[in-house]
Amino acid sequence: MIEIHGLKKVFHTGEVEVHALRGVDLSVAKGEFVAVVGPSGSGKSTLFHILGGLTPPTSGSVHIDGRDLLGMTDAERTGLRKNGVGFVFQKYNLLPTLTAAENIDIARDIAGRRGPRSRQFEDIVKSLGISERMNHKPRELSGGEQQRVAIARAIVNEPALLLADEPTGNLDSENSEAVLKILRDLNNRLGQTILMITHDAEAASFAHRIVRMKDGRILN
Amino acid sequence: MIYRLVWENLKHRPVRTFLSAIFIGISVTLILTIVGLSQGTLGEMQKRSRGTGADILVRPPNSTVLGFTGSMPGGEKIEEVVRSRPHVKLVTGALNVGIGNFQVIAGIKLDEFNAMSGGFHYFEGGPFQREDDLMVDEAFARARNLHAGVTVNLGSGHPWHVCAIVDSGKLSQLFAQLKPLQEMYSATGNVSTIYVQVDNPANIPSVIADLESTLEDYQILSMDQVMDAFNANSVPLLKGFTDVVVGISVIVGFLVVLLTMYTAVLERTREIGILKALGASPGYILGILLREAVLLAVIGTLAGIVMTFGTKWLMYEFASSMLTQVIVPDWWAKSAAISLVGAVLGALYPGLKAAKQDAIEALAYD
Repeated sequence: MIEIHGLKKVFHTGEVEVHALRGVDLSVAKGEFVAVVGPSGSGKSTLFHILGGLTPPTSGSVHIDGRDLLGMTDAERTGLRKNGVGFVFQKYNLLPTLTAAENIDIARDIAGRRGPRSRQFEDIVKSLGISERMNHKPRELSGGEQQRVAIARAIVNEPALLLADEPTGNLDSENSEAVLKILRDLNNRLGQTILMITHDAEAASFAHRIVRMKDGRILN
Repeated sequence: MIYRLVWENLKHRPVRTFLSAIFIGISVTLILTIVGLSQGTLGEMQKRSRGTGADILVRPPNSTVLGFTGSMPGGEKIEEVVRSRPHVKLVTGALNVGIGNFQVIAGIKLDEFNAMSGGFHYFEGGPFQREDDLMVDEAFARARNLHAGVTVNLGSGHPWHVCAIVDSGKLSQLFAQLKPLQEMYSATGNVSTIYVQVDNPANIPSVIADLESTLEDYQILSMDQVMDAFNANSVPLLKGFTDVVVGISVIVGFLVVLLTMYTAVLERTREIGILKALGASPGYILGILLREAVLLAVIGTLAGIVMTFGTKWLMYEFASSMLTQVIVPDWWAKSAAISLVGAVLGALYPGLKAAKQDAIEALAYD
């Protein structure tokens, strides 16, 4: 599913080179739920951004579902985000002007899936317990509800990989547990491959495997 | 879905959307008012020229078709020459004297003028009795609140006694007797224009040809030529003015939308980052902003058209009676196109800026 070998990422800020990733090797099997943990500056966010096609790698090889990210153009990485990867962010990142349903619809629209909402759409919102909140705007939803809408948006196009960046970072313990159970349920029931970045050891314990990062390298 | 997002974005900042639309609307109103004024005022002049009942006009040498005033020395003698030509049925001369604000007092021989034009309809008062009598048309009387019997100073330094309020649409808005006006302006025997009616419209070309050979150097104009001259496109000054207003409107529309979209892009940096994370292409992002601009332009154009009815009312109530504004539906589509061009140009830079934004930086924006 994910095959990473010798991945490096160097940022240039003025004349200074920042080595965010210093040769990462990682394999994630299809249907696996992996948590990446590590302190700030360990490179886990950079890894998240590269796997999500938000920034290109500097060197090494990164394959997602057989697609090599290293040689991808901007347009190809845009295509990857459209259909291949779904994002769940710490701050939910819903569009404030749209309702919950429209926030999910916009992802379908961007992916070119126009027309009436499918049965799969209804199944997702039902399974996430947000059917009754679909006509509400984000400001009218609790943090937990907003994150569930964000998860629905991330999986509505059936991506090969779901990337979650500190998905419980803004939630209380009750909502955190609910969101993590949803992720585990998606993984168990649908076989959704998930890579979750977190500081929280308890959140990481929901994953099949925990990968630790430090100074731009995988420790184990 | 994209239209829903566009609409919700505009609704999200109602004051900004309202002000942007109003500013675009003002530029549209500016165009429609200028064009409406040009067409309306020239149309009124056409109507007044046609209202004389003349088929041919004789103007002084080197005069322009639209030169209403001016003096033709010995004009009354030339009238006699014209009257003697074959197929000429009626002849009358008028001395047009400008009194400022584009207003003209037409000095006429009432009997001759009535014979040619079909005569006036008197709403108040009656024909000239005194040398200082002035007949005023209803539009001028309404604008200045004049009635028969009052004395009025029109800025010419000479008080006039209003003897009648008459119907509009014949030569001028103000009429005096020819002789007293000639004496008042030291133009005894002079007229500005000689109006000619022929016995049969089929003879107009031959009479024009005859007059051209008889009165060398004089301007011999058919009424159709005069009508053509009263066209906004035939008046270089007006056409140039309209072009300038159109240009300003494009610039105003461009700047309004540029500012609106620029601030919108800054404000929505994070949302643009979200869309990019979801896989929105630069074209998709640009498309959202262009659609917003087009929608603003459409709303602004509709507002501008509605506001034009307001400017028409203001012109009617408060401006000079010489200025007539008409509603110009044939310019609605043109003004919409002009505001669209301005809006799309204005949205391009912020749109491209948004489309090129780095998704990671945009997502980190607070």
